[in-house]
Amino acid sequence: MDSLLSWLQLFDASFRLATPLLFAALAGLLSERSGIIDIGLEGKMLFSAFAGAAMATISGSPWQGLMVAVLAGMLFSLLHAFVCITHKGDQVVSGIAINMLALALSSILAQRLFSLGGMTPILSSEQRLPSLNLPSLIDKDDSWISLLYWKLLSGHNILVYVGFALVIALWLFFKFSPLGKRLYAAGQDPLALARAGVSVAATRYMALIAGGAICGLSGAYLSIGHGAGFFENMTVGKGFIALAALIFGKWHPIRVFGACLLFGFLEALTIRLQGLAIFGIDSLVPIQLIEILPYVLTLLVLAGFVGHSIAPKALGKS
Amino acid sequence: MSSAIPWWFDRLLLPLLNILLAFGACAIVLWIAGVDVLAGVQVMLQGALGSKEGISYTLYYATNFIFSGLGVALAWHAGLFNIGGEGQATMGGVGVAIVCLYFDNLPLFILMPLSLLTAASFAALWAFIPGWLNAYRGSHVVITTIMFNLIASSLLVYLLAGPLKAPQQMATVSQIFAESSWLPSMAQLAESFGLSLPNTPLNITFLWALVCCVLLYIYLWRSGIGYETRVVGFSHQGANFAGIKRKKIVMITMAISGALIGFIGLNEIQGNSHQLHVEFVAGFGFAGIAIALMGRNHPLGIVIASILFGVLYQGGSELAFSVDNIGNDIIMLLQGLVVLFCGALQWMLRPSLLRWLNVKVRQADVIAVKEVNRG
Repeated sequence: MDSLLSWLQLFDASFRLATPLLFAALAGLLSERSGIIDIGLEGKMLFSAFAGAAMATISGSPWQGLMVAVLAGMLFSLLHAFVCITHKGDQVVSGIAINMLALALSSILAQRLFSLGGMTPILSSEQRLPSLNLPSLIDKDDSWISLLYWKLLSGHNILVYVGFALVIALWLFFKFSPLGKRLYAAGQDPLALARAGVSVAATRYMALIAGGAICGLSGAYLSIGHGAGFFENMTVGKGFIALAALIFGKWHPIRVFGACLLFGFLEALTIRLQGLAIFGIDSLVPIQLIEILPYVLTLLVLAGFVGHSIAPKALGKS
Repeated sequence: MSSAIPWWFDRLLLPLLNILLAFGACAIVLWIAGVDVLAGVQVMLQGALGSKEGISYTLYYATNFIFSGLGVALAWHAGLFNIGGEGQATMGGVGVAIVCLYFDNLPLFILMPLSLLTAASFAALWAFIPGWLNAYRGSHVVITTIMFNLIASSLLVYLLAGPLKAPQQMATVSQIFAESSWLPSMAQLAESFGLSLPNTPLNITFLWALVCCVLLYIYLWRSGIGYETRVVGFSHQGANFAGIKRKKIVMITMAISGALIGFIGLNEIQGNSHQLHVEFVAGFGFAGIAIALMGRNHPLGIVIASILFGVLYQGGSELAFSVDNIGNDIIMLLQGLVVLFCGALQWMLRPSLLRWLNVKVRQADVIAVKEVNRG
C-alpha cells in the first residue's frame, strides 16, 4: 500500500514536471515541422514566465497573466520568424540571440518593475491558475482504481489537462487537416509546396507564431500555474530538455508526449532521491547519473545507436 | 550601374553598422526600461578604463572572451557551430583542478605545462565526441554540444559533491590548491621586471591567450590543414573533390576548438579562484558566440571584441554596485543584440544600403555620360 502510494506520488510529480517540457516541445514541433530550427525555446519559455507572472501580479488575474505570457511567446517567435523567414538569417544564431535577450530582458524588467533582485512578488493562490478536480465518476475509496483516478489523474493544474488535449489536437492536426499537411510539407519539401501554389513563408510564419503561443503556455505554467512567481533564469535549461524530448520523440506529437513523460519521470525521480533514500537506488548510482539520462538518451538516438530520429528534411535549410 | 561591390562594403561598412545597430538598440531598450544610459556609460568606462586596476580587470575578463571567441571562430571556419563552450570550459577547469590537487608537489615550471595540457585535452575530448558523432553518425553539432553542456554541468556538480569536494566544507567547492601551484599574476611578473602593477586576478594566462591568437592565425591561414579546414567550411562538395577528408577535419577542428575554450579553466581556476567551484564558467563559454560574430571570426577582430566585452564586463560589475544591480544583465542584453544584429541579421541592411549607394553611383554615371556627350 505504502509503496503503491509513493509510486503514485512519483507519477503524479512526473505529470507536473512533464507539462512545461510538453508545451515547449510541442511548440518546437510546430516550428521544426515547418522547417525552422527552434533552439530559442528556452528563452521564449523564460520570458513568457516573466511576462505572465508580472501581469498576474499587476492585474491580480491569472487569466490576464496567461494571455500576456502567450503574447510574449508569440512576440519572440515573430522575431525568430522575421530573422529566419524574411531575412533568411541563420536559424541557430537567431535562437541563441533569443535565449540571451530573454534572459537579459526578463531580469532587467523584473528588477525595474518590482525591485526584488530580479524576482516578481510571490503570487497568492487567487493570482495563480486554478487546479482542476475531475468529476466524481468514481467513489473515493481504497481500491486501486479510485486511487489512480483521484491521486494521479485528478487535481492537477488546469494547464496540465490543456497539455494533454493539445497533444491529441496536434496529432489530429497533422494527420487530418489540410493546414497540418501544408505545414508538414513546408518542412519536408518546401519546393513542392510552393509549386502547389501555397506560400511557404506564410505557412512557416503561422507555424512559428502558433508555436510561440504554445511556448507561452509553458512559461505561464512555470510562473503562474505550478509555481508562484518568476525568478531569474527560472527555466534552468528546461527549454533544452524540451528540445531533447522533441528529438527523442522523433518530431511526432504522440512520441514527443511519451518522451516528455519519461523525462518528467526522471526529473521527479532525481528530486525524490534527493529528498529521501527510498528505493535503495541512491546508494548505487549518483543522482547526477539519472539527471543526465535524458541528454544521454537523446545523444544515443541522435547518433542512431538506439532507433533513429529523422529530422524534417528541409529543417534549417532556408 | 555599379558593377562590383567595393571590398570595404561587406568587410567594413556593414559589420560596423551592425555593431552600431546592436549598441543603439541596447541603449534604446535600457532607456525605455528607465536606465540613465549616459550616466551608466560613464560609470562603466570609469570603472573599466579609469584606473590601472580597472584596466587590469578588463584584460583579465578579456582573456576568457578571447579563448571562447577563438574556439567558436575556429569551428565556424570548418562550417561547424560549436555552442558547447560552457561544457568545454567546465571540463577544462576540471582538468586544471585535478592537476593542481593531485600534482601540487611538482615545481611550477612542470606543473604549468601539465595543467595546460590537461585543460586542453579534457576540453578537447568534450568537443571531440560531438565532432566524431557529426563525422561518423551525422548528428547535428548544435544539438550534441548543447547536450554535452548539460552533461558537463551535472558532472561538475557530481565531482564537487563527492570526489573533489573539500572535506570540512559545507559549500560545494574543492580544496584550495597549494600556493605553489598558482599561476603567476601579471603583478608578480611585472615585479620581476622591476615594474609595478596593481594586484588583480590578471595572470600569465592573458599572454597565453595572445599567443593562441597568433597560433590560430598561423594555423588557419598559413598551414595546409588550416587551408583544408576552410575548404571544408566553404563547401562539403568542394572538399570532396579536392580529396580532403572531411571527417578527419571535423574531428580535429572540434577538438582544437574545444581545447581553446578549455583554457578558460586555466584563467579562472588556476589563475584566479585557486579552487574548483560550480559557477566558474558563468556564461563565458556562450559569450564566445557573440565575440566571434563581432570579431568576424578573425583573431585580431576577436581580440578587439574581447577587450570591448572586457570593458563592458568590468564596467558592468562597477555598475552592479552603483545602479540597481543590473550590470550583468546589461552585458547579456548586449550579447544578445550583437548575436542578433551581427549574426542572425547580418545581411539585413545590405539590400537597402546597396540600393542607396547604387543610386549615387548611377547619378555619377549619368554625369559622366553627359560629359562624354558634351565632349
